[in-house]
Amino acid sequence: MTADPVLSCQAVRKTFHGRPVLHGLDLDVAEHEVVVLIGASGSGKSTLLRCVNLLETVDDGAILLDGEEITDPRHDADRVRARIGMVFQSYNLFPHLTVLDNVTLAPVRVHRVHKAEARRRALELLDRVGLADRAGEYPDRLSGGQQQRVAIVRALASSPRLILLDEVTSALDPELVGEVLALIAELKREGTTMLIATHEMGFARQVADRVCFLDGGRIVEQGPPSRVLSEPSQPRTRQFLQRIVEAGRL
Amino acid sequence: MSTTETPAHEDEYRPSALAVARRGYRRRQTVRSVLLAALSTAVLGTVLAVAVTGSPGWETVRGSFLSLSVARSSLPAILEGLWLNARLLGACAAGALLLGLATAVLRSLRGPVAFPLRALAASYTYAFRGAPLIIVLYVLVFGVPGLRLTGTPSVLVLGGIALVITYGAYLAEVFRAGIESVHPSQRAAARSLGLTHRQTMRHVVLPQAVRRVAPALLNDLVALQKDVGLISLAGPIDAIRAAQISSIDSFNYTPYLVAGVLFILMAAPLIAVTDWVTLRAARRQNAEGTT
Repeated sequence: MTADPVLSCQAVRKTFHGRPVLHGLDLDVAEHEVVVLIGASGSGKSTLLRCVNLLETVDDGAILLDGEEITDPRHDADRVRARIGMVFQSYNLFPHLTVLDNVTLAPVRVHRVHKAEARRRALELLDRVGLADRAGEYPDRLSGGQQQRVAIVRALASSPRLILLDEVTSALDPELVGEVLALIAELKREGTTMLIATHEMGFARQVADRVCFLDGGRIVEQGPPSRVLSEPSQPRTRQFLQRIVEAGRL
Repeated sequence: MSTTETPAHEDEYRPSALAVARRGYRRRQTVRSVLLAALSTAVLGTVLAVAVTGSPGWETVRGSFLSLSVARSSLPAILEGLWLNARLLGACAAGALLLGLATAVLRSLRGPVAFPLRALAASYTYAFRGAPLIIVLYVLVFGVPGLRLTGTPSVLVLGGIALVITYGAYLAEVFRAGIESVHPSQRAAARSLGLTHRQTMRHVVLPQAVRRVAPALLNDLVALQKDVGLISLAGPIDAIRAAQISSIDSFNYTPYLVAGVLFILMAAPLIAVTDWVTLRAARRQNAEGTT
């Protein structure tokens, strides 16, 4: 690969109250690549995403966005976050704002896009996810799947370089998971660069260019989903996948 | 929705005998409850009326608390005093809300650079929630003019300042409770979009916080409405002081009752408007309507 990776994590270390959660983790994400992080709860998937978005401060190591070190404390964190979109497990939509205002908040306030232009683009995006008719509604009136689709649109509205998805289907009823996963699969087809933490192995298989299995704050094994999910070489990966199969989630 | 309506597009649906029986039962229950409530209210009202008007001292009390002629003659002076209360309330409420909000926002700042601001805001709320209003009032209206500085504002302004700094401290804590009640995930979502701390406060945290604590804020504003009258300790004549004067003039307590009723009337619209605003926000936001 000749071009710089969009995201490069180098020996990232993070501890919480002295307990290491990320153990010198290395990970590159290339442009248009979709990397899926799998692993048990507490393996560090969410922490890594929060570190990339500078919602957590790393203890050691560096994170580079387009070759620029964003973990440098002299860097303006708000400017960095404006270039990265994040979608959370519990949607985190703003309940006091309508769907449309949720989507246009960052473009108008952070990127200084004209209000009319921001609305036009927001409606376009909402239309694509089939929610243009709900633009005037408040989030609590929507179903979980609809809320999560709005949250994805909200992250997309700033045209970020990279989108982080943190267990975006974990809070959804099984019949609502599909609509969210279909949207993410469509984003992949359009070439969106994404770093995804998930428990949905079927989805990982379908959407990932590369699957990384995290355990104890390190990437234990990584590679194309067909290999990592079907014929893992590491015993810990096998163990993890075995438990997933037993839980009926594969 | 009325229980008897039959949707036009569902002509084939006829309520079953079971449903008809249930509706009839519910209707009878409703009628029964209304009748019972009316009866018990009437009984209680009669008992109270008989107990009060039948009491040995009723005639004297009626003369000294409910004299129509005294009420009429004291009303203009009391209304004039009430106008002072109203103006002072308006100015002090605005000032205290601003001061309280600013203090709460300062207390929510993070990072070592903001330490002095945080410490200042915290010690202010500690000191002025503890200090009795009357003492703050005395210090400002009698102490400050005693310094004989040129440009000392009027007693009214000084008294207003005393009210604003005392109530600002109470309101700061109400606002802070509201700010802390907004889930951290809301802040994370806002920051993840690139909003600065200030933008996050302004567009995400405060709108939710203020809506949540609106009833508590209103409580403090109604308390303030009653406390603005304390400025009469420094000379200006408010509604209650005016009532006191008329009461002494007429050897009659009716003016106090007049002032009391006027205070209730003044608070009513404030309460109604806040209730309406919070209810409307809740209706719009929540899937279940009002809860």
